[in-house]
Amino acid sequence: MKHTISALVENKPGVLARISGLFRRRGFNIHSLAVGPTENPEISRMTIVVDLEERPLEQVTKQLYKLINVIKISDLDPRESVERELVLIKVNAPAQVRPEIIEIVDIFRAKIIDVSRTTLTVEVTGTEDKVRAMEDLLRPYGIRELARTGKVALLRGGKAGG
Amino acid sequence: MRVKFFRLIPHPLTTNYSLTDYRLSRRLKGGGKVRLTGAQAIVKSLEKEGVEIIFGIPGGPLLFIHDALYDSKIHHILMRHEQCAAHAADGYARATGKVGVCMATSGPGATNLVTGIANAHMDSIPLVAITGQVPTPVIGTDAFQEADITGITLPIVKHSYLVKDANELPRVVKEAFYIASTGRPGPVLIDVPRDVSQAVINYKYPESVDLPGYKPTYRGHAKQIRQAAKAIIEAQRPIIYAGGGVILSDAAEDLKELAELTQIHVTTTLMGKGAFPETHPLSLGMLGMHGSKYANYTMNESDLIIAIGARFDDRVTGKLSEFARNAKVIHIDIDPAEISKSVFTHIPIVGDAKNVLRALIVAIRKLLEQEKMADRSAWDAQIREWKKKNPLHYKQDGNLKPQFVVEQIYDLTKDRNTIITTGIGQNQMWAAQYYKVTKPRTFLSSGGLGTMGFGMPAAIGAQFGRPDATVVVIDGDGSFQMVSQDLATAIYNKLPINICILNNGYLGMVRQWQELFYKKRYAAVDLAVGTPDFVKLAEAYGAMGLRVTKPEEVRPALEKAIASPKTVVIDFVIAREENVFPMVAPGAPISQMIGGDEE
Repeated sequence: MKHTISALVENKPGVLARISGLFRRRGFNIHSLAVGPTENPEISRMTIVVDLEERPLEQVTKQLYKLINVIKISDLDPRESVERELVLIKVNAPAQVRPEIIEIVDIFRAKIIDVSRTTLTVEVTGTEDKVRAMEDLLRPYGIRELARTGKVALLRGGKAGG
Repeated sequence: MRVKFFRLIPHPLTTNYSLTDYRLSRRLKGGGKVRLTGAQAIVKSLEKEGVEIIFGIPGGPLLFIHDALYDSKIHHILMRHEQCAAHAADGYARATGKVGVCMATSGPGATNLVTGIANAHMDSIPLVAITGQVPTPVIGTDAFQEADITGITLPIVKHSYLVKDANELPRVVKEAFYIASTGRPGPVLIDVPRDVSQAVINYKYPESVDLPGYKPTYRGHAKQIRQAAKAIIEAQRPIIYAGGGVILSDAAEDLKELAELTQIHVTTTLMGKGAFPETHPLSLGMLGMHGSKYANYTMNESDLIIAIGARFDDRVTGKLSEFARNAKVIHIDIDPAEISKSVFTHIPIVGDAKNVLRALIVAIRKLLEQEKMADRSAWDAQIREWKKKNPLHYKQDGNLKPQFVVEQIYDLTKDRNTIITTGIGQNQMWAAQYYKVTKPRTFLSSGGLGTMGFGMPAAIGAQFGRPDATVVVIDGDGSFQMVSQDLATAIYNKLPINICILNNGYLGMVRQWQELFYKKRYAAVDLAVGTPDFVKLAEAYGAMGLRVTKPEEVRPALEKAIASPKTVVIDFVIAREENVFPMVAPGAPISQMIGGDEE
């Protein structure tokens, strides 16, 4: 089962290594991880999607809290949070299928950000489901390359999460 | 009673200069600010933290720090191997409750510390390790004697620092000692590049730390404590299971009060030896793989386990799915991550053992004004019967038995101010089984990591920390040979430690497993060939060496050793294939113990 954990951490050298190392040695699987500074440059937010089969989420958060640089951990309930992922997809687009691809891009409110004679590069932002659907639709044309940011998320409304 | 005369001899590197003189001579004019090099800032900060002794070995990138130590009143003890420096600092910390400090140079010096740091981490020992590092401009270039020690030690430290700006040094040292010694203690590493220790800074030692992500919980939750008190009063078959956390929080007296108030029997882990007097009628001794049968039976049949500063280690629980199935669990621990990690906890209380025990005792007393303690006469009778039927037992057959040696050590040192340290393996388990520990911080053993070689260097640290104590190492021939070079450290510091080697010419515990579980195929365990004559080895270092081969020689040799102001090595040539019993086979439930029956 996947969980989205949001971690506020001190923006210090080695913090990412501490966190990823902890996941590795405690046997927790990272599905995706996105990091960047918050509104406060001294604090970074990590959005970590963990795949938990055996270990309870509680152990993950408690072990994370033991790291000195970790300030706050929240388990983001998808019903109470907004989450987005950005994916760049470079897809084969010879002239004869190009209109079809552009149509798919429009339907998904994605963007074409680069064009070459044989390819289109598409930027799609959204929830995991939306991104997956787009990916599935583009796959038959031949995806040449794909890059994703990993999920970022925040709690809905006025509440501040981790 | 102080029997042996012992004092710290001044280290050859120390002089009569005080740091103040030195500092004044170097104080630059300007705003009354103190100008110090990074190295001096470290030493000054260590002094502010009350550090009296550092165990280490110098080297290139560390030279500025050793140079600054030259002017300090801090003793630097020159070890012969960095692993021993870490263990000595660890032993010092265990014996005194203070933070142990060790130091090593970059590269191999730092990597040699790794085992000792991991050892302290597993046993939650407050340790600060300072390592030299290559200069910042060449970090990451595979420079001579460069090792990424903060990276290497990431999984085995409570926290670590690679200091790239000398101005951060005072804050880093302050934080390191705070982190190492508070909450669940542990090792903190400070990696100092050579140019950082050389740089000159305006020195000011911070008065407090600001760590937004580190706020240990010391007070237990009041409602949880009330619930625990109620569960304790109502339990029909309770047991107290105490670990090293009781010792770390100086809660032994409080534990005794709780046990006596509730009349509940107490078992301890290996790390918990000393948390409760093993001579007390309510003591069940140690539990687990080589614990007493009655401790394991009591644990397994209980309906309430009151776990205090213990972590349900696999050597304690045996097969987890069959462990104490009918027991409710109260778990008192300062580390929230230990709660329900391996055994489900019904009433978790996160907090410092001493605080929580004090509050729990008050809550129980209050409840007892209205309610009566459940009748446990049947349970107590059952425990008494288990104790009577299954005492620790070994066969006396005229050969020199290790258990007999430990019994004699116990008998001769129990009324003294004694500290026992152990190696790892059979020697450790015999020591744990047959040495009845009554006071905290007097039985020092590598519990979590099981580090062979821990005994002697830990004894060196313990003796420095407690000069008045009679320090006895109960060691194995295998363990001792992993650290024997540091006999030199004991000798040149005139430490009167007594090293008792239970010599069976084997990696004994491994051989025991091979005998029991690998069809007696003794692969790679025979140490008899190649092992030096320990008496001659001791004498070569300038220690006293004694050999004992018969039971009747044990006591006179021990008496001689204890009376001697010298470092003594006693080679006890024991029955080669003696086993540690009783035993829970690996993977078996703790209710199924093999061996150790009376004929």
